[in-house]
Amino acid sequence: MSTVVDEITHRQHVGTVDYTPKDFKAPIDVRWCAGCGGYSILAQVQRIMPGLGIPKEKIVFISGIGCSSRFPYYMDVYGVHSLHGRAIAIASGLKIARPELSLWIATGDGDCMSIGGNHFIHACRRNVNLNVIMFNNGVYSLTKGQYSPTSQQGQITKSSPLGVLDDPFNPASLALGSGASLVARGYDGDPKNLQYLFERAAQHNGFSFVEVYANCVIYNDGAFDLFTRKETRNEHSILLEHGKPLIFGDNKDKGIKLDGFKPTIVSIADGKYSVNDLLVHDEQDSTLAFILANMTYNPEMPRPMGVFQAIERKTYEQKVEDQIAYYSGKPGAGKLENLLIDEDSWEIK
Amino acid sequence: MEKQVQYLEEAVIRFAGDSGDGMQLVGTLFSNTSGSIGNDVNTFPDYPSEIRAPEGTLYGVSAYQIQFGQKRINTPGNKIDLLVAMNASSLKVNLPHVKKGALIIVNSAGFDEKNLRLAKYQKNPLEDNSLSDYQVVPLNISGLVKEELKDSQISPKYVDRTKNIFALGMTYWLYDRPLHHTEKWLEGKFGKKADILASNKRVLKAGWEFANTSEIFKTQFKIKHSDMKPGYYRNITGNHAVAIGLVIAAHKANMPLFLGSYPITPATEILHFISGYKEYKVKHLQAEDEIAGVCSAIGASYGGFFAATTTSGPGLSLKVEAIGLAVILELPLVIVDVQRGGPSTGLPTKPEQSDLFMAMYGRHGEAPLPIVAATSASDCFDMTIEAGRLAIKYMTPVILLTDGYLAQGTNPWKIPNLDELPDIHPTFVTNPEGFAPYKRDPQTLARLWAIPGTQGLEHRIGGLEKEDITGLVTQDPANHQKMVDIRAKKIENIVNDIPLAVVEGEQHGDLLILGWGGTYGAIKDAFDKLRSDGKKVSYCHLKHLNPFPKNLEQILKSFKRILIPELNMGHLRTIIRSTYLIDSIGLNKVQGLPLNAYEVEDKVNELLKVKE
Ligand SMILES: Cc1ncc(C[n+]2csc(CCOP(=O)(O)OP(=O)(O)O)c2C)c(N)n1
Ligand code: SF4
Ligand SMILES: [Mg+2]
Repeated sequence: MSTVVDEITHRQHVGTVDYTPKDFKAPIDVRWCAGCGGYSILAQVQRIMPGLGIPKEKIVFISGIGCSSRFPYYMDVYGVHSLHGRAIAIASGLKIARPELSLWIATGDGDCMSIGGNHFIHACRRNVNLNVIMFNNGVYSLTKGQYSPTSQQGQITKSSPLGVLDDPFNPASLALGSGASLVARGYDGDPKNLQYLFERAAQHNGFSFVEVYANCVIYNDGAFDLFTRKETRNEHSILLEHGKPLIFGDNKDKGIKLDGFKPTIVSIADGKYSVNDLLVHDEQDSTLAFILANMTYNPEMPRPMGVFQAIERKTYEQKVEDQIAYYSGKPGAGKLENLLIDEDSWEIK
Repeated sequence: MEKQVQYLEEAVIRFAGDSGDGMQLVGTLFSNTSGSIGNDVNTFPDYPSEIRAPEGTLYGVSAYQIQFGQKRINTPGNKIDLLVAMNASSLKVNLPHVKKGALIIVNSAGFDEKNLRLAKYQKNPLEDNSLSDYQVVPLNISGLVKEELKDSQISPKYVDRTKNIFALGMTYWLYDRPLHHTEKWLEGKFGKKADILASNKRVLKAGWEFANTSEIFKTQFKIKHSDMKPGYYRNITGNHAVAIGLVIAAHKANMPLFLGSYPITPATEILHFISGYKEYKVKHLQAEDEIAGVCSAIGASYGGFFAATTTSGPGLSLKVEAIGLAVILELPLVIVDVQRGGPSTGLPTKPEQSDLFMAMYGRHGEAPLPIVAATSASDCFDMTIEAGRLAIKYMTPVILLTDGYLAQGTNPWKIPNLDELPDIHPTFVTNPEGFAPYKRDPQTLARLWAIPGTQGLEHRIGGLEKEDITGLVTQDPANHQKMVDIRAKKIENIVNDIPLAVVEGEQHGDLLILGWGGTYGAIKDAFDKLRSDGKKVSYCHLKHLNPFPKNLEQILKSFKRILIPELNMGHLRTIIRSTYLIDSIGLNKVQGLPLNAYEVEDKVNELLKVKE
């Protein structure tokens, strides 16, 4: 007997799948502060959605709690605004149940890495095919400005008036170390790259983690300016592109060269080194991904943006499907009588 | 030798030995055989909490107790009529449970110097007359099996391991049970290993013959079979019954099953069973913690699955916030709490009923949900179906309370005909015409259920308060009041959809015993005994704890005094008082032990002496 869920799972979309970004705008007002980094993330997500060619009814956004987690209300697809930290746990259950759905998670640095840290690392290692967008604003905004696990040492917040003592997480390293198969970083002020990263996440068959530097104009304004503002970003950030040498700087005159396992900055303008000496990015090299992610809090190095790693490996939900197909496909499998009556049963006549 | 025959109504036996002696196995085989000849049976395993306790030690003793009989058997029994003890430690640990004058068969090979030392016996109890209150039969069972299998090819070590089967054979003679059910089981188990199969069968038969021919056993006990209804039966533990119940409930709802769970004693076996059900297309996640267990289940439920999460007290504590989410999302979810002694890690393997308050009140905000409880191991099946029926029909999380005693004990389960079980009807909608996520079925107040994948019904839900019908986020004061009222009303209305409470004995009078959940067997035994002694007392047992059955207030008001026995410090008593302004007398016990019938009897007798 086929279940309603089976039937809905296999239902064909009626009509063509032909959307514009507007079709993904839910009919309610967006309530973030003017200038909040969330607006750009929302706009880029809505912009890439039509190109994915996925029927709207197959798309689900799940979030936790935080400013960022308001996100699902603004997307005209299926959505759940859940509990602080638990979006990934809820989405994992949904994805295992319904692997055909396109599952997206909007989460904050606190939501994902503090209260939800356990679910995050375990979803990374299981490789559940979820697309996690983490709005990193380096602060707990919804609760009005306490430090978060990505706040920097010394940062002044409501709960650290004398400066933060904690060392921060480096989200990319945490994700890589936990086994995430796609790990990327972008920032709110670079729409093109954000669109690219979200598309990559959508296309990646596995757990995708996209950290987005999202400016909170109220509680941590300008935290990422060095890496995101026109005046400074060329010198202080570097875009990782698969198969390309690592070049940065206002005049594209600097590059990253590996000295053993240690990345170093070299000039390619003074004749000593050329482009050919530079490190060439390889998304499939997980050792390299660790090295690059580790540049994050090194004040000497430019902040890496782009895709650190994209490695395909079988998803958790696929393994579940395979196991079920194998055992339910055996001759005589799935008979409920055998579940009810076993070798220890007896009959009273 | 001429043997005497004595007819009994029921008997209690206990197999006890070292963890490695196979006591759980022979206990299970004995109870299955007893069931198969039409006795009613109730069992309880008593094994060490250490995983591999050192051999021969007091804390390594593993035992299995069985009460079987002609009439309805409600508990594994109290005092033992026959103890089989494989070594000194198992005798020492179990002796306090043995009736004076009862038969004790000991394996004398387990009473050597080392075993006596490990059992902390100064002198050999088989030789110092300290057991003169009992009929002790010391037998060198190790030697007997060695003799029996002396020409066999199997290793001496394995030969010694058949002692449990020899002992089982003896008990089959003593209580006049056939061998074939066990022989059939051995064939299924060792069919491919001819040597081992033949040895076990020989030893089983040898045990039987030994008891039959030896001068030692002068009496054979016979127990008539009960008039069990025709049908298929099996002995089942509460945890197994829950696992099967979840599969069947999902089947009756025509929905796929998902379990999100994290291992915890004494609930873990449910996860074990479910994880093996891939052929039934059951999905499960052994989550990283209990929070992820319940949250993944909520995710699956959102996706249209019949979703469940299973746990025990500490895990329920962790799940509380997410259960509240399920309440406001109005998504169906079955939460099984196999209660154990608390607080904190408490008594992990021991039963208690001390999670009723948490089930009832343990969420922030106004978050009522239905609570049901199982009365026996096999009843865990029925109550799992009931929990699933209420969850799906009313779009709500439901808590099913069992306990460590039901979870591991067994009794015969009459395997149901699936057609006779109630169908469960989810409220799925697929038509976008006039759809709104918080539109409700006017009868049940269950909201309409549109799952992802349904075109045109895309909508958002969440933990923020929702506007009635539209589901839009709102903080409107009147709306919050309205939604709280609706959610409460939805649960209250279930009262019209659950069975009335039943009173055994007079329908009104002086004294009513009111029980709930897993103490049924003990209270029922006590009640039957009191009635046969001519005592005027009535009995009502609850399986629905929220809402209570419609007639409960009327019942309670029909008695002058109410006695509530429970394995906590008065949860039901407090709830009854706050619900109906009716006071009652508590019989409260939190010792990590099940309730005993005699405790209820004593209390009732004491109360009946002082007439009110
Ligand atoms: C269990 C629980 N604890 C605490 C909170 C309060 N709370 C809500 S959001 C939040 C932090 C949000 O920070 P982040 O995830 O970084 O999101 P942002 O608002 O910065 O986007 C906290 C502590 C809560 N809602 N639930
Ligand atoms: S407080 Fe910060 S994060 Fe929240 S909406 Fe305003 S700008 Fe955005
Ligand atoms: Mg934040």
